[in-house]
Amino acid sequence: MFEYAPAPESRAVVELKPSYGLFIDGEFVDPLDGGSFTSINPATEEVLSEVAEAGPDDVDRAVRAARRAYAEVWGPMPGRDRAKYLFRIARIIQERSRELAVLESLDNGKPIRESRDVDLPLVAAHFFYHAGWADKLAYAGLGPNPRPLGVAGQVIPWNFPLLMLAWKIAPALATGNTVVLKPAETTPLTALRFAEICQQADLPPGVVNIVTGAGKTGQAVVEHPDVDKVAFTGSTEVGRQIARAVAGTRKKLTLELGGKAANIVFEDAPLDQAVEGIINGIFFNQGHVCCAGSRLLVQESVYDEVLAALKRRMARLRVGDPLDKNTDVGAINSAAQLARIRELSEAGTAEGAERWSPPCDLPDRGFWFAPTIFTGVSQSHRIAREEIFGPVLSVLTFRTPAEAVEKANNTPYGLSAGIWTEKGSRILWLADRLRAGVVWANTFNRFDPTSPFGGYKESGYGREGGRHGLEAYLDV
Amino acid sequence: MLARMTATAASARSDLTEVARSEATLRSFLHGLPGVDQVGAEQRAAMLATRSIKTTAKAWAIDLAIRMVDLTTLEGADTPGKVRALAAKARRPDPADPSCPAVAAVCVYPRLVPVAAEALRGSGIHLASVATAFPSGQAPLEVRLADTRAAVAAGADEIDMVINRGAFLAGRYLEVFEEIVAVKAACGDAHLKVILETGELVTYDNVRRASWLAMLAGADFIKTSTGKVPVAATLPVTLVMLEAVRDFRDATGRQVGVKPAGGIRTAKDAIRYLVLVNETAGEDWLHPDRFRFGASSLLNDLLMQRTRLRTGVYSGPDYFTLD
Repeated sequence: MFEYAPAPESRAVVELKPSYGLFIDGEFVDPLDGGSFTSINPATEEVLSEVAEAGPDDVDRAVRAARRAYAEVWGPMPGRDRAKYLFRIARIIQERSRELAVLESLDNGKPIRESRDVDLPLVAAHFFYHAGWADKLAYAGLGPNPRPLGVAGQVIPWNFPLLMLAWKIAPALATGNTVVLKPAETTPLTALRFAEICQQADLPPGVVNIVTGAGKTGQAVVEHPDVDKVAFTGSTEVGRQIARAVAGTRKKLTLELGGKAANIVFEDAPLDQAVEGIINGIFFNQGHVCCAGSRLLVQESVYDEVLAALKRRMARLRVGDPLDKNTDVGAINSAAQLARIRELSEAGTAEGAERWSPPCDLPDRGFWFAPTIFTGVSQSHRIAREEIFGPVLSVLTFRTPAEAVEKANNTPYGLSAGIWTEKGSRILWLADRLRAGVVWANTFNRFDPTSPFGGYKESGYGREGGRHGLEAYLDV
Repeated sequence: MLARMTATAASARSDLTEVARSEATLRSFLHGLPGVDQVGAEQRAAMLATRSIKTTAKAWAIDLAIRMVDLTTLEGADTPGKVRALAAKARRPDPADPSCPAVAAVCVYPRLVPVAAEALRGSGIHLASVATAFPSGQAPLEVRLADTRAAVAAGADEIDMVINRGAFLAGRYLEVFEEIVAVKAACGDAHLKVILETGELVTYDNVRRASWLAMLAGADFIKTSTGKVPVAATLPVTLVMLEAVRDFRDATGRQVGVKPAGGIRTAKDAIRYLVLVNETAGEDWLHPDRFRFGASSLLNDLLMQRTRLRTGVYSGPDYFTLD
């Protein structure tokens, strides 16, 4: 028996202060009404730091600082000079990537292998990519003289804290906007570290402002009258509230919301890689992925062998300490999210689906959920319709390509989809018919800053990344 | 659909004896195997290469890797003296440390089998020989069979044969199959390792088909390479072969071994292969009877790492014998 000895990444590379203030106008400041909350390590429930809670007056300060920076410095600055700052930030992120990866795993619970090999390289790539656009906006095909919008209010989720920050801040700054960003209340620490990087890069004060807090703080950002542009990534429920809040205002809005992606496996699929794709689709980042392949659609003729291979592969998943370099599945981000995953899983059993998890020892402390699949799921089950946002896969079957399309599209969401087949013509036929913003063929959960990302239907609107993503931050 | 049957669970074991009844049945079987997506296979191998094997796990893996080495010399310049030195090294890889295990086998050209057999007598170390007009295999079948018989008669208990890549690439699968069957018969009780020469097969689909072809024809081991063409063993190729032996056992109940050979030079490389075995075929293959490394310089790096783990310090290469 080949037992891998513990291989923990060192925490020593991350120095945490006992408390953090708000980052406004280039400095860390105390909140006006003195509120605070704590951020914990979801793998151990240990308190990591105390973080300031921004009230409406703090948000107002931040928006004012952003407005001033936009009007006086960042808006008038030539694109080539903005690019220098972005390139500088990108390089500092690369230099400090180990520290940022460890901190991300500590605060979020995701395995260090993922924060090291996926999150951080993509974060740096987003800044590099958008730095390149800063002085070429006139050539982006969006008109001869695209202008920035002004102050962007941005609210991001906890599943990819630093990566979502990069998706929001990099295009906003490249296009000449200034930002007020609110990170999620369970994962504020890498955003605060990013604030330090802004200082290190000598970014002019007020260009980036980070206000920490929960839903109320986010609401204050979104509803502030001097915000020109709102960008939100998170749940469809909160997305609806935001859409209502900005309706009838001049604010531009983009929303990246939930998903219930179909991962479609045909009988002629490259089987071993399809199984890897299923695993990656649903267990990557503990399933805390808006575009997760949470509905597996398998052609009936290969159902038995796909399921057997999937179970064998799931038994190999290494669940545990996020800082161990060999961990595949880390901790659930919060007690609240764990409760939601449990509730929906129990609903799955109650509605008659069959639940299976590999034998797996979960730690006593912290928030954990074993990788789980449900078979015998039908379209009407809650676990086939609602976003679980956890390591839970619903397995359904289909008989013909037309039925696959019908089932894949039979959801209020439309963020992503996966196709597994060796037949190229079928990939193109299917991709044309799937109502999903991203369609992966013979792969899953691949991201690139050059590729636009966004949803259909209740998965939101607007695109982030690529040339298309610039438009959301420009007056064209 | 025939291929689909082979990949199902062990409970539904299929009778594959009819597969090679004709060129047509064999072809439809091999072409019916699930494809391999190159990007996905390489991604999986690269991910597994990031596994961090430390302390006790590393010590365990290094000793296992030493026990899996087919210590090899396949040079035109090989002499009885060189082979005797190699055999001594195989018996006792680290003269300074009697707790160091012996290697699995010594692998030599047929002409040197008698020398190796004499030098290895009583050691329990297997004696492998590359037969069948290694490395090209481009000799008449009768010559290749005679080569095999001679090696076995001289004392080899393992034969490493090469497949007929020309016939394989031309689609003459039955010819390749029948040649392997013939060599297997010529081996008698000796174990047969079938070298696919994956560097010449190029695609992973070909690697999967050749693996099944060799296993159906009776191979005890499937081996990646001769070490004599530019591309030898790689992690993704070995991954595909490990999937093949795993699926073959599910389908037939027979367990076939895997031997990557060529280009594996460091302990780190070897441990990456063991991780691949562990997480693909599973622990049943973590045994010298089921997994081997065809290598020469690998052994000294394993010994150096082993010594460092035991003593805490690196000793220079001069402290390890060059044989």
